[in-house]
Amino acid sequence: MNDLSHTGIISPLTFEAVSVSHRGQPLLHPLDLRLSGCRRTLVMGPNGAGKSLLLRLAHGLLPPSGGRIRWEGSTPRQAMVFQRPVLLRRSALANLTYALAVNGTPRRQRQALAMEALDHFGLASLARRPARVLSGGEQQRLALARAWLLRPQVLFLDEPTAALDPAAIKAVEAAVLDFHRRGTRIVMTSHDLHQARRLADEVILLNGGRLVEQSDAATFFREPRSDEGRAFLRGERVW
Amino acid sequence: MMPTSDSAFITALHLVLDLDPTLLAIVALSLQVSLAAVLIAALVGLPLGAALALWRFPGRGLVIVVLNALMGLPPVVAGLAVYLLLSRAGPLGQFGLLFTPGAMVIAQVVLILPIIAALTRQQIEELHGEYAEQLASLGLSRPRRIPTLLWDARFGLLTVILAGFGRASAEVGAVMMVGGNIDGVTRVMTTAIVLETGKGNLALALGLGLVLLVLVTLINGAAHLLGETARRRLG
Amino acid sequence: MTPRPFLAALALMGVALDAQASEPYLTLASTTSTEQSGLFAELLPAFQAATGIRVRVVAVGTGQAFEIARRGDADALLVHDAQAEEAFVAEGYGSERADVMVNDFVLIGPAGGPAGADPAGVAEAESILDALARIAEAEAPFASRGDDSGTHRAERRLWEAAEITPTAPWYRELGSGMGPTLNTAAAMGAYVLADRATWAAFANRQELALLFEGDERLFNQYGSVVIDAERHSHLKHNLAAQWHAWLLSDEGQQAIADFTVDGQPLFFPNAE
Repeated sequence: MNDLSHTGIISPLTFEAVSVSHRGQPLLHPLDLRLSGCRRTLVMGPNGAGKSLLLRLAHGLLPPSGGRIRWEGSTPRQAMVFQRPVLLRRSALANLTYALAVNGTPRRQRQALAMEALDHFGLASLARRPARVLSGGEQQRLALARAWLLRPQVLFLDEPTAALDPAAIKAVEAAVLDFHRRGTRIVMTSHDLHQARRLADEVILLNGGRLVEQSDAATFFREPRSDEGRAFLRGERVW
Repeated sequence: MMPTSDSAFITALHLVLDLDPTLLAIVALSLQVSLAAVLIAALVGLPLGAALALWRFPGRGLVIVVLNALMGLPPVVAGLAVYLLLSRAGPLGQFGLLFTPGAMVIAQVVLILPIIAALTRQQIEELHGEYAEQLASLGLSRPRRIPTLLWDARFGLLTVILAGFGRASAEVGAVMMVGGNIDGVTRVMTTAIVLETGKGNLALALGLGLVLLVLVTLINGAAHLLGETARRRLG
Repeated sequence: MTPRPFLAALALMGVALDAQASEPYLTLASTTSTEQSGLFAELLPAFQAATGIRVRVVAVGTGQAFEIARRGDADALLVHDAQAEEAFVAEGYGSERADVMVNDFVLIGPAGGPAGADPAGVAEAESILDALARIAEAEAPFASRGDDSGTHRAERRLWEAAEITPTAPWYRELGSGMGPTLNTAAAMGAYVLADRATWAAFANRQELALLFEGDERLFNQYGSVVIDAERHSHLKHNLAAQWHAWLLSDEGQQAIADFTVDGQPLFFPNAE
């Protein structure tokens, strides 16, 4: 289960003039965007830039108010990890077998697959522990293990380390790279530049509900194309 | 002589310690009727409340308002409605249910179904607010979310069911009307209390009331303990 | 789920909860006075011993008892309002009525307490009509059933006969059964017209005492009514006929005569 044979054939996702407004207030101005290949895309920008909104639109949790979002080809398997992990009120193991049951895994395989995933994320000893009494870091790892079990071709992560301590952040980042090695496209929001340098091979910068730029990470961190990108890299608040 | 509360306590104590067979039969019937009513109301009310929490449809607000209003339905009105339905001259008269325990179960279901459905809706709506994105991300359709939400809200829902049980077992007006308070057939704790009050046996009536109170307290205490322990364990 | 199988299932469950479902039984609509006096506790086992039939008593006010019978929800009727019983037969709901027994009404009132003993002086009255006139004159509190029961109807006929229209605030219609009315009267120190049977078995008298009795107008006739077989074919007419016949038989009449409270007979059999 360490290799997805679909590498490179994950359908690109395109946004065509996609916008979101709420009660007449524009939250996201019409934007065009294309996510393709098996990249590690970090969506960056200050609070309120529209990062989470973009992720939810891409994952299909939210319908756009205008424009069109479509997969060029078959819709890939997807999973999402939230800033505050949403875990069911049952054991760590049961949280995983639940996800397997939902995606139609035969009952007799669930337990073994779930245990394997717990082991992979260093949670095997906590299998019988109620999920909601685990520490923040353990909960986020459990959410990642749940996503892992779903063998996603695309993984969305919404500020997955925002509430964690350094050790837990390291574990999450290692897991993200793990997913990518297995052939999963990563789309992750973050406001942490250092994290982006460690993880990104592509950067999308949003500000005030507008797309500022989409660049290769190497390009972005060396020489942003936009003034706002340069200011963002210098750590200035120009917004 | 006004009966003092002391004599009521002594009467209650005697009732329990003597294991009076008539009293035991009355207590057993009370529990059977109310538990059957709670079971039926829960089987209908839990999914109904959950469905109301998850779906948006025209008239939903009205349904919720009506359910909330029905929570305060006077028992005797529920009793009268069920009486007219089950009476031989009524639309469901052919089943011969009037003046049977079955009629009492129906009346209690009518009383507590709105409570269970309305409170379930509140709790499930709150939990769904927390779970909705994750469940949608897992690709779970709305009907398939209902069992998940009901299970994860189980401790809160236990309290909801207990509230239903409390109303069912404390109720007198409806079961008096549709049960008829027939000795040995449809006489339950509350109707026995009314009868003994009518006979002026106030100490005995109060004693029966104390027995009822202790029973309901025991059941609630056990459920509370169970819920609290599990809640603490599962977070 | 369609209602029919659901209700059938409930009916089955009702049977399962019904401890006496296997015995033949009939449902009798009767009055609170017969139930609360303890008469049925004595009478029904004797009837069951004789016939094997259990009687399930739904004890309500006379007005409600007639309504239950009219709707076909009771197999037999034992009440105390001869006029209404005859009307019930005349309307075709009943096929026959017969006198079963009598007891009498008594006038209860305060024998002490804050208002003093017998403030209206009914104990010295020459007749029940005189007693009521004294109460109206003194405007002493009077607790009325106010529930269209046989006792309430009898009480209203007495006021009419006395040519008095009782009025609030001293005349208080409670809308309650005999027992609750006595409880309230005891608490208010009010006069109250009660049937002797309920009074005799009543435990919470406080300052109340029997102040006037014995007038022929206080005569309280109980009748058994056979419900018309044509109108409600589902009823247990055969069992009800046995009940009716037994009440009027020597055996049944003797059982009524044998019922006493504190050695005092309360109902007097008078079947013809």
